[in-house]
Amino acid sequence: MLAFIIRRLLILPIILFGVTLIIFMMIWMLGPERLIGTYVKSPEALKSEKSVERLIQKYGLDRPAPEMYFKWLGNVLKGDFGYSNVGRQGVLQSILELIPYTFELALYALIPVVFVGIWLGVIAGAHQDKLLDHGIRIFAIVGWSLPDYVFGLLVLLIFYSYLKWFPPGFLSDASMKVLRDGPWKHYTHFVTIDAILNWRFDILWDAILHLVSPLLTLSYLWWAYILRITRSSMLEVMRKDYVRTARAKGLSEKVVINKHVKRNALIPVATVSGGMIMQLFAGTVIVETIFARPGLGRFTATSAVTLDYFSVIGAALFFSLILIVTNLLVDISYALIDPRIRLS
Amino acid sequence: MAMNTESRRVLRKLVKNPTAMLGIFLLIFFILVAIFAPVLAPPEPGKDPFKMLPAKTAEGKMIWSSNPIAPDRAHPFGVIGKYDVWYGVIWGTRSAFRIGLIVSIISSLIGIVVGSISAYFGGWIDEILMRITDMFMAIPFLVAAMIMTTILGKGLDKVTIALIIFGWMQVARLIRGNILQAKEEQYVLAAKALGIRDYSIIVKHLLPNTIFPVIVQISMRMGSLVITAASLSFLGVGAEIGYADWGTLLNYARNYMLQLDKSWFAVVYPGIAMVLFVLAWNLVGDALRDIFDPKMRA
Repeated sequence: MLAFIIRRLLILPIILFGVTLIIFMMIWMLGPERLIGTYVKSPEALKSEKSVERLIQKYGLDRPAPEMYFKWLGNVLKGDFGYSNVGRQGVLQSILELIPYTFELALYALIPVVFVGIWLGVIAGAHQDKLLDHGIRIFAIVGWSLPDYVFGLLVLLIFYSYLKWFPPGFLSDASMKVLRDGPWKHYTHFVTIDAILNWRFDILWDAILHLVSPLLTLSYLWWAYILRITRSSMLEVMRKDYVRTARAKGLSEKVVINKHVKRNALIPVATVSGGMIMQLFAGTVIVETIFARPGLGRFTATSAVTLDYFSVIGAALFFSLILIVTNLLVDISYALIDPRIRLS
Repeated sequence: MAMNTESRRVLRKLVKNPTAMLGIFLLIFFILVAIFAPVLAPPEPGKDPFKMLPAKTAEGKMIWSSNPIAPDRAHPFGVIGKYDVWYGVIWGTRSAFRIGLIVSIISSLIGIVVGSISAYFGGWIDEILMRITDMFMAIPFLVAAMIMTTILGKGLDKVTIALIIFGWMQVARLIRGNILQAKEEQYVLAAKALGIRDYSIIVKHLLPNTIFPVIVQISMRMGSLVITAASLSFLGVGAEIGYADWGTLLNYARNYMLQLDKSWFAVVYPGIAMVLFVLAWNLVGDALRDIFDPKMRA
């Protein structure tokens, strides 16, 4: 087990190095004129310098690519990602400020995915080819075909424009004022948890109202996906000999499903969960944009539209870091569940 | 001959499967819409049909106000941001097919080449190619495509390039896994013993026996690629302004986000087109997977 973890940890820096290389190649394609932005910390500095050529020379943008790469990498390792026009401060500071918002959204989105997806999948698998199964399968395949931004706009149309139940945004103006002027203490920077710790249940309710539509939009796709995987893996396990034995012993269907089928059927679900967590994070780009919530996703989208290259690149590096770490954790926990993995 | 009976078996199974038939029916429908686009939504003569022009009123006057216009006789799907939604949906079908086919075919070819070289030769070649694959997979697809289009600039051709560069890895891994399995089969060992060249072993023996899962993958990915391309347009980093593309129409609807009740048609109609398009490919892909998966054959 230890050897497996060590091998995975040794590959980690290589992958990270590769990611920076790919991202640098994309930066390099920008050409020196557009690149100056990485090195200039504020708009004032750009104005004070008269000629662009002088800046290019000053920051070594006419140097060969490998030299530029290592210089850039050195800056990144020091935490200097350049200046963000969207965040009006350093890229790293902007990202760090926005992380709690995005984590709160993505982590809460996991709850319905795991419970609804697995629950419906088990039901569909246990009732193969019955009406219920067909219904759930149709939901899964339609859900999987419905792009999140179309779904999100429809949610906004129905629940905000027509029903006026769930407003877009992060919090109502009144709650935002409390957050800004107090009395309010930031404990975790997760607004729902802070609201409980501050004993402000009106703000908690307000935050939940604003969370419903984004959570629904972010997660419904994965209900459908997890559902499909759970169902097909249920069907596969149910054909195994030990399940037939369990039935032959006269165990009730409920015990067979819960004790013998479900546990083994959930292994493939564990394998895809890493990819899913990452996709939930990437999904915040769309969801935060549609529902006008602050966060890393909307920061990325706004930066891309306004051609704020280094904000986009900083965000991409950060998303990649989340992806790599998540994959590592999932691999390790998967190896803990299934001993066959360690040996291969 | 083996391929022939195989494809006959596939066809027979497809015809018997109702959801697959629904998928095929929807696909044929979209192909017809794409072919007959000039009839369904006649473009201005002599102009690029993919560049949408401001819509005209029933009397033939240009519309200059950018307020959304609800569906009426002249504009069955309404008007958003001066553009006719019906026109955008119809010509958007062509854009969807074009981007989906180009990206999935080219990226799959890259994946097939990388995956089969990696699996067949193994050793350090495999190690290097697979680590490169890991590196490309370590950047989330949508975010990677966003940086690429931010850097390359707007336009559907740039979106195509971005999606190809970050879209070949799954196929590479899939084909590598399949070939690794097939490599140990007796017919491959026999071919090697006969002294047949590596290239022709890969192309003549290994690929035909491992390609079917890739076909399933391509058909499943067609839908998701079109969604991703449209999501770039939706976010504003995809197709140029006024390009006939489903995502672009949704992007206009986004400008009226908080009064969607006045612009619902710009979400609903392109949305339905996208859902059905993706659904069609998913249904066909699902059916193909059931057919090709040996575990399901029993």
